Amino acid sequence: MTTPATTLEKQAYKIGTARIGLWLFFLSDSFVFAALLVSRFYLLGDKRPHLEQGLGLIVTSVLLISSFFMNRAEVQISQGNRKGFVTSTLITMLLGIGFLVGVVGFEWGLAPFGPADGVEGAMFYMMTGMHAFHVLTGVVFLFIILRNGIKGRYSPEKHWAVEAAANYWHFVDLVWIFFYPALYLIGRV
Amino acid sequence: MKNFLSIGFVTGIIGQIVGTAIGIGLLTGIRAMMGLAPKSEPAAVLGAALGIIGFMIGVGGFRDWFTWAKGEDTYEAEEFHDRPGVIRYWGYSLDHKVIGVQYGILSLLLMVLGGTFALIFRTELAQSGMQFISLDFFNTLIGMHGMVLIISILMGISAMSNYLVPLLIGAKDMAFPRLNAFGFWLAVPASVVIVAAIFTGGFDTGWTGYPPLSARAPLGMQMFFVAVFFAGWSSIIGALNLIVTILRMRAPGMNMFRMPIFAWAVLATSLIALTATQLIGTSFQMVSFQRLFGMGFFDPAKGGNPLLFQHLFWFYSHPAVYVFILPGLGIISELLPVFVRKPLFGYKWVAMSSMGIALVGFLVWAHHMFTSGMEEYLRVPFMYSTLLVAVPTGIKFFSWTATIWQGRMRFATPMLFTLGAIVVFLLGGLTGPPLGTVATDLHLHDTYFVVGHFHDTLFGGYMFPLFAAIYFWYPKITGRRMNETLGKIHFYLMTPSFLVMTFGQMAVGLLGMRRRIADYDPAQGFQTTNLIVTIAAFLIALSILIFFINLFVSARKGEVAEGNIWESRSPEWALLPSPAPEHNYAQPFNVVGDPYDYGLKGSKYVETAPQQAAD
Repeated sequence: MTTPATTLEKQAYKIGTARIGLWLFFLSDSFVFAALLVSRFYLLGDKRPHLEQGLGLIVTSVLLISSFFMNRAEVQISQGNRKGFVTSTLITMLLGIGFLVGVVGFEWGLAPFGPADGVEGAMFYMMTGMHAFHVLTGVVFLFIILRNGIKGRYSPEKHWAVEAAANYWHFVDLVWIFFYPALYLIGRV
Repeated sequence: MKNFLSIGFVTGIIGQIVGTAIGIGLLTGIRAMMGLAPKSEPAAVLGAALGIIGFMIGVGGFRDWFTWAKGEDTYEAEEFHDRPGVIRYWGYSLDHKVIGVQYGILSLLLMVLGGTFALIFRTELAQSGMQFISLDFFNTLIGMHGMVLIISILMGISAMSNYLVPLLIGAKDMAFPRLNAFGFWLAVPASVVIVAAIFTGGFDTGWTGYPPLSARAPLGMQMFFVAVFFAGWSSIIGALNLIVTILRMRAPGMNMFRMPIFAWAVLATSLIALTATQLIGTSFQMVSFQRLFGMGFFDPAKGGNPLLFQHLFWFYSHPAVYVFILPGLGIISELLPVFVRKPLFGYKWVAMSSMGIALVGFLVWAHHMFTSGMEEYLRVPFMYSTLLVAVPTGIKFFSWTATIWQGRMRFATPMLFTLGAIVVFLLGGLTGPPLGTVATDLHLHDTYFVVGHFHDTLFGGYMFPLFAAIYFWYPKITGRRMNETLGKIHFYLMTPSFLVMTFGQMAVGLLGMRRRIADYDPAQGFQTTNLIVTIAAFLIALSILIFFINLFVSARKGEVAEGNIWESRSPEWALLPSPAPEHNYAQPFNVVGDPYDYGLKGSKYVETAPQQAAD
């Protein structure tokens, strides 16, 4: 006999399990970024690549603001505000795409070196490339939850996919908080 | 034909061929459109990577996730049913026991392959002078022997932990069954790609792939990188799944300190595999990108530093050896009490020593680099951290010795292999400190002494326990026991041959024979020893052939195993019939005592839970 209470409890336990899995994935993935960060300091020391400071500040702000809207989206769906969820997710996605355009579209073009020109170039393209790849997958996840949100598949009780996508987005954002100073601020040109 | 095409493995291979073709075609096409000459290396890399993804699509690894992404629900893993018969091992399955056996099959296949490589170059080394293979091919074989067997070992560990952990902790399945299947199938195309390295020019760096040599090696190097990258991914996924399973799926009453030691060992192993594996992936990716895009991470001409690669590489590859041995040491602790009928001595210490080895294992990587030219002040700290590993490992040895002490030993085949594992691993352990100490390592570095030490640790920590585990749990898989006589022949042939082999390797190493070398001067005086080592290697191969005959014949003709044949307290023997049924325990059980209290009157480990209202 299936009683609603036990099904709900089972569901909650399953989500708890999935949550541990997600955070373990973050732990694992952070080792990639840590490896790149260590490599940057090992190879470049207190030298930093010559980059567009203004652009760097803009893309960083864009990404940080996107996290704010991401959080808003998650709160709104947990309060049953579907319309607000869709708007906030859409804004997050657009800001994410804006970040990608800023880094890959502009900074990669404006940088005075290519990936094959010395170790500064190698490190810069590897770090921003690996991070941009993660932002891109984040945008894909956002697209999925946006589409399912519009179809009304999430409810205050059942929106694990939104939580997972939001946490992933914050994680990628957090990585940039380490990468931005490592590439733009620390050291001399 | 239709039936044939419904086998997951077949559709996967078709997917891999299609994916590879798309990858090669795409890049060549784009270059042709841009008016550039075709380039084989980027096309081959993209082809290999897309081929692996093609395999995953073909085998059905993405299917349910795509359904979820569309916002639809799929069946629960508990509603999944396999096709009856042996055919289920050839397709996509969600059952952890099937996946465990699949891992095992892949592992043993790769083991045969990697062992065959060794036999080829051992034959070459039996005499000085180049006999029948070219220098390049010799180098490729050396590297392939290393990496194919490393992947084989990772698969073997996954086989044991996938099959056993849910059974031992009383779970219906792993925490994420789809991820589990994905992780396994990822390793299949990766194995295909690493074998492809032989046919694409091979590589001459050995398994470590150090730049600058690996930045210039033939195309096979890239296949090697791609294969290791995806096999590593498989290992990470498996580790994540195992940690969550152990943390969340235990039977009621099984608190952390009532878990089987094997679960502790797998937990420790998985923590390493989950995190450190990323660094071998990253370091290989960086070399790969250096070759593809000219990014000069390890190219001193561009301001790079080859030493960085060694740091990144060994940050994984040293802890990786603890990934290889910890589950095996767990198996030893698991089986020993069953066969001496005594409680495991110092359970908590043994459990914690696994975690200790895992933790210290993260701090020792640079002991591989004493002669590399790294900063000299790093040598001594890394020497001490390396020697520190002996402390938790020593705890395990004390526990085993004290467990055996005054026990009533029964010398069944699994027990023989367990004892063999202890002896061989002890030799591996004792030859470790001379290599971890700076003064002696400067002499022994990159000699055959290292090769002997390494084979001792891996045979003691992985191969012997693996065989013990297979002989012990085989009836759970097939319902039949393996032949004891053949098992004993296997043991008594393999153990002395193996000891002769590694002693021989260490002897020529002390005399100054360098590892990975294709030829040597007869005047150096290690020709006879090399011949003996080669003969011993062939005897090991013969013993493993006997093992395989036993494995296949017993599946049909073995003695039927009924009930708790080993008189084990563990739930999979105490409660389940052989072979173990789908979805494991029809009736949940409670843990009411400690796992290894053999011979204590009235002690109980598991008891079937009182019938609850069905739910």
